[in-house]
Amino acid sequence: MISYIFLSFLLFLLGILGIFLNRKNLLLMLMSIELLLLAINLNFLFFSLWIDDLMGHIFTLFVLTVAAAESAIGLALLVVYYRVRGNISIEYMNLLRG
Amino acid sequence: MYLSTVFLPFFGFLAATGLGRYIGGRGAASVTTLLLGIAFVQSVCILYEVGFSQCMCSLQAASWFSSELFQAYWGFLFDPLTAVMLCVVTSVSLMVHIYSQSYMGEDPHLPRFMGYLSFFTFCMLMLVTSDNFVQMFLGWEGVGVASYLLINFWYTRLQANKSAIKAMLMNRVGDVGFALGIFGVFSLFQTVDLATVFATAGHLYGTSFLFFGTECDALSVLCILLFIGAVGKSAQLGLHTWLPDAMEGPTPVSALIHAATMVTAGVFLVARCSPIFEYAPEALAVVACCGGMTAFFAATTGLFQNDMKRVIAYSTCSQLGYMIFACGLSAYSVGVFHLANHAFFKALLFLSAGSVIHALSDEQDMRKMGGLAQALPWTYTMMVLGSLALVGFPFLTGFYSKDVILEVAAAQYTICGRFTHILGSLCVFFTSYYSFRLLFVTFLGPVGGEKPVYKTLHEAPFLMAFPLAFLCIGSIFVGYVGKDAFIGPGSSFWGQALFVLPDHSRLLEAEYIETSTKLLPLGLTFAGAFTAYSLTLGAPFASYARSFHPLLRPIIEFFSYRWMFDGVFNAIGRQSLAFGYHVSFKTFDKGVFELFGPFGLVSLLSSQLNLVRGIHSGFVYHAAFCIVIGLVGMTALALSFSLDGFAEGMWANPGNLRFALVLWTSLLFLPFFG
Repeated sequence: MISYIFLSFLLFLLGILGIFLNRKNLLLMLMSIELLLLAINLNFLFFSLWIDDLMGHIFTLFVLTVAAAESAIGLALLVVYYRVRGNISIEYMNLLRG
Repeated sequence: MYLSTVFLPFFGFLAATGLGRYIGGRGAASVTTLLLGIAFVQSVCILYEVGFSQCMCSLQAASWFSSELFQAYWGFLFDPLTAVMLCVVTSVSLMVHIYSQSYMGEDPHLPRFMGYLSFFTFCMLMLVTSDNFVQMFLGWEGVGVASYLLINFWYTRLQANKSAIKAMLMNRVGDVGFALGIFGVFSLFQTVDLATVFATAGHLYGTSFLFFGTECDALSVLCILLFIGAVGKSAQLGLHTWLPDAMEGPTPVSALIHAATMVTAGVFLVARCSPIFEYAPEALAVVACCGGMTAFFAATTGLFQNDMKRVIAYSTCSQLGYMIFACGLSAYSVGVFHLANHAFFKALLFLSAGSVIHALSDEQDMRKMGGLAQALPWTYTMMVLGSLALVGFPFLTGFYSKDVILEVAAAQYTICGRFTHILGSLCVFFTSYYSFRLLFVTFLGPVGGEKPVYKTLHEAPFLMAFPLAFLCIGSIFVGYVGKDAFIGPGSSFWGQALFVLPDHSRLLEAEYIETSTKLLPLGLTFAGAFTAYSLTLGAPFASYARSFHPLLRPIIEFFSYRWMFDGVFNAIGRQSLAFGYHVSFKTFDKGVFELFGPFGLVSLLSSQLNLVRGIHSGFVYHAAFCIVIGLVGMTALALSFSLDGFAEGMWANPGNLRFALVLWTSLLFLPFFG
């Protein structure tokens, strides 16, 4: 049982690390977010089976939908951003200076 | 008539300052002089009605302010004491007004000057006529303000500014005492009305009250506080330094405020409060000793002054000491009599000095005068008569009051009486010395000035000569004329105005002291005159006088530097100014208060902001990191609140939840504040 939770947690952690450590590419960040959502989906599915409840599956479907929409919008933003800036490197993405 | 006497000078002030630019200097001078002349005539009538006909007059004009027990009225009380003061003030002031028309005739600010003179007179009249302490305080302060304005009349002169500030501050010190005295009077008598206070003072003899946490005799404390006011105003020892410095004002101002009126306000106060002072023997002793020491101090200082006006100023200070110690020995009538006489001859001396100074193109140093007797015979005559009156030459005005003061002191067989008698007798010698020295050096001695100055010598014009003549007549006759009424044994002139306990009265005793004691002042006067002659004009000692013996030099320097009073005061003043700068200003105002106030807060915020700004780099991954760290941190925090865990329903505790939520959201929004 634990190993399923462990797997999803590991995936989630990987996704977070991907967001933190990635300095170059906005695409990678989007992918990391997808990974986060995947991990959450896995978690939902697992717990749905575990406690024998259908709600987890329904939530997973919603999350999938949202994730798809989100990545579509994210990619669209990315394209627009690329058009303006000419690159998609994150380390040049600070218009705010503290 | 009574009220108009008080307010005519005020109308003069309004006319001169308000309409001065329309009616001009001559016009303003004429208006103020005319109004004051009317006031003078009226006050002579008042003296006749109130003093000689014994018709007291008391007027309650209006309510000033009233609050429960505390009632202050605009009330005017005309008793013999007031009537005498009215005559003194208005006559001297009238003479000064006339004198100023000529003396200050060339001054472009003549309307302002005349206005100030009238304002001063008005305040003085308010002071002497008031029937309660609060209104008296109004006049008291008004006199201080007017003296500031008059001393500072030539406001472009730095010395005048400094002297005016000094006079003001010295008077303020005394005024604090006076104000405290009034508070004390109210707390003890529940009224500030003079009549009530004086009527009940005897019943409160021996009562005590708390003063600065110590149990003191109430009346003594009150009297000493009131006397501190008198010390400030009447230039007694300790607060006297403003008087000689105030000679920076024009000479008529010196004559008006430093010879005849303002400085006598303190003596008037003591005399007015005689019913309280009589029941406070300790306070009387303080008054007597302070007066005696002032007389001695001022007389010794006057010996070695070279500034003509300064000599006369110290002489004023010395004579004020006489008046005060007469009051301290319960001889109020003698003190007030001397006050009235002194007003005449001191105003005469000042105005004569002004005449000399005017003639010599504003030269005040006696060493640059000399030989003026031939050039200015009129002024010389006046000055001689004034000086003779001052030193108490028989049958002139000073003789009738000054010698009586000494006799009263001799008849008082107490330590205070001995003390003041010895000091007063010494002062007679000193007074005689510096008066005759002034006469010899200025009028008879060798010429010390420069030829161009002496070429333009001129005798005083009529407007300056007339006041001298008037005051001279006063200096000759006032003492003899007033003697029987003012200090005659059994005279009912004063009525209830001056109160003396039968135990304290020594006037009759003074009539019958030994003849040698009575002759002593006269002998000392002649001795002083002879010493002055031998040290200034006399051949054998003249050379010795010019080169003082090296052993004498420190003593002479001590006296001519005014007993180092100013040095000591300046040292104290510098210390307190340094304290004010280093402690009050730098440590507190600019230090602690600003550190915990605006500046400290701003610098703290900005320094902390720099730290916070470092966190907010604006990078996306940093923001994400903050989010996760915040989540983890919040969870850990929430867990640490109740280590007992979920079982007790940590999240059910609304306090914890709220706290966590607030922290969490604030951390979430942190990135946006960069």
